[in-house]
Amino acid sequence: MTPRNRACIVGIADTPLEKGRVPGGATVMQIQARAARDALAEAGLGMDDVDGLLVAGSWGMPRPGSMSALAMAEYLNLQPRYLDNTNAGGSSFEMHVGHAAMALEAGACEVALILYGSDQRSGGGRSLGGRPNWFDLQFETPWGMPAPVGAYALAARRHMHEYGTTAEQLAEVAVATRQWARLNPAAMMREPMSVADVLASPMIADPLHLFDCCLVTDGGGAIVMTTAERARDLAKRPVAVRGYGECATHLSIPEMPDLARLTCAERAGAEAYRKAGMGPRDMDVVEIYDSFTITVLLSLEALGFCAPGEGGAFVANQRTAPGGDFPMNTNGGGLSYAHPGMYGIFLLIEAVRQLRGECGDRQVVDAELALVHGTGGTLSSGATVILSRE
Amino acid sequence: MSEKPYGKPLPMPDLETQPFWDGARAGRLRLPKCNDCGQYHFLPRALCPHCRSENWTWVDASGDGVIYSFTIAHRGAGPAFKDDAPYAIAIIELAEGPRMMSNIVTDDLSRIAVDGAVRVTFDAVTDDITLPKFTLVEAA
Ligand SMILES: [Zn+2]
Repeated sequence: MTPRNRACIVGIADTPLEKGRVPGGATVMQIQARAARDALAEAGLGMDDVDGLLVAGSWGMPRPGSMSALAMAEYLNLQPRYLDNTNAGGSSFEMHVGHAAMALEAGACEVALILYGSDQRSGGGRSLGGRPNWFDLQFETPWGMPAPVGAYALAARRHMHEYGTTAEQLAEVAVATRQWARLNPAAMMREPMSVADVLASPMIADPLHLFDCCLVTDGGGAIVMTTAERARDLAKRPVAVRGYGECATHLSIPEMPDLARLTCAERAGAEAYRKAGMGPRDMDVVEIYDSFTITVLLSLEALGFCAPGEGGAFVANQRTAPGGDFPMNTNGGGLSYAHPGMYGIFLLIEAVRQLRGECGDRQVVDAELALVHGTGGTLSSGATVILSRE
Repeated sequence: MSEKPYGKPLPMPDLETQPFWDGARAGRLRLPKCNDCGQYHFLPRALCPHCRSENWTWVDASGDGVIYSFTIAHRGAGPAFKDDAPYAIAIIELAEGPRMMSNIVTDDLSRIAVDGAVRVTFDAVTDDITLPKFTLVEAA
């Protein structure tokens, strides 16, 4: 029996982009308001139904990162009774789905709205340089640490050292993801790409090449959640939240407990599997945060899709590409679809579309169960969500 | 007296980290050592991360360590580091246990390897700030 208060995703929207930018330009608040309207409309709900609001972004007032949920409540003329401003980097939205699920199950709200907006490409850039050199950063920035790519390069080097992982294996991830992007008209990068192309792209932070790195785009998204009972009367086939988990281990990369092991993902994934009563082999489609190719290998190992150190072999021979036996990052990922800085909401949106059967040429046949895993900071935080057709 | 200004980001010491930077300026690599559990830690924290004791002291470290991981930045971190590229950033595992980020100073980046032995050196970049960096210790 399906519990009446099981949390479901009932509406989604993402901001249309042209060459990685919002056409005509928009503020982060305009981006989010339009995404909110579209996600609610898709569900058959209105703004006045919203009583839970969850927001994360790199913007904020009075300074970046702060009080964005308050700003959006004001901007949308909402007085939410459940509010969540959790910001753990790109994994924030997987955390938001978990938090909203708990709030819905507990009756703390009835309709939860999750929001994200970014003008990163139009307004600035991906580099996190220029941050004040205080707290942890006084021990990073003075040495010329390129953030965030340098942190991921350090993890990749350690993984190579411990397990013999190769640049070719990392490149397999970028190539397979590009193959999916070629099937997605909304993806930014759709030209064919080979392993040789990745290896020939400029070295950014050895051992990571340019095409091991995510795109720099604008973007925005919204997710609407409610209970299974209320979802029955809504417009879209609901997608149920079956399990979730989250964990954080550090902020600054030298503090990561083990650079070759993503322990925050191990813990988040184990909790999500436990709640769902499922394991990695049950999943039909997998959406994994791909800020960099190494992020994917570490996540696959941590989530139990393969043993520690076997990520490189696991993704060999385009296993995760269309037609392979492990469909992953089916919208083209942060590597080829879009990456506005905090990518996690797009993993969730794509998983919902796959479970609804809305994905056209890139549809995974009979996708009934999806695993989504977000990573935030510099491999600092992880959050897993398991979704199913309700 | 027409020395070129340093022009790169400098650390912003605070109440908790000032002793580290004062030590570096005096040519000493200092680490917090817990008087209760005897273990070292870094970054500095109000409470020892091993036993949560506030009873710890800054002590001089040996300055020896090994490279836990490293990357060669082929694009500098912003305009200030643009002309330095390529340069090496590493996480050093100090002999005392804690890890710290720094640069590997060498004329030959190809000699840098994970597990390679390193020793601290001090780069006085301004009158106030000295950055601890590391050099390769060549095997005998
Ligand atoms: Zn202690």
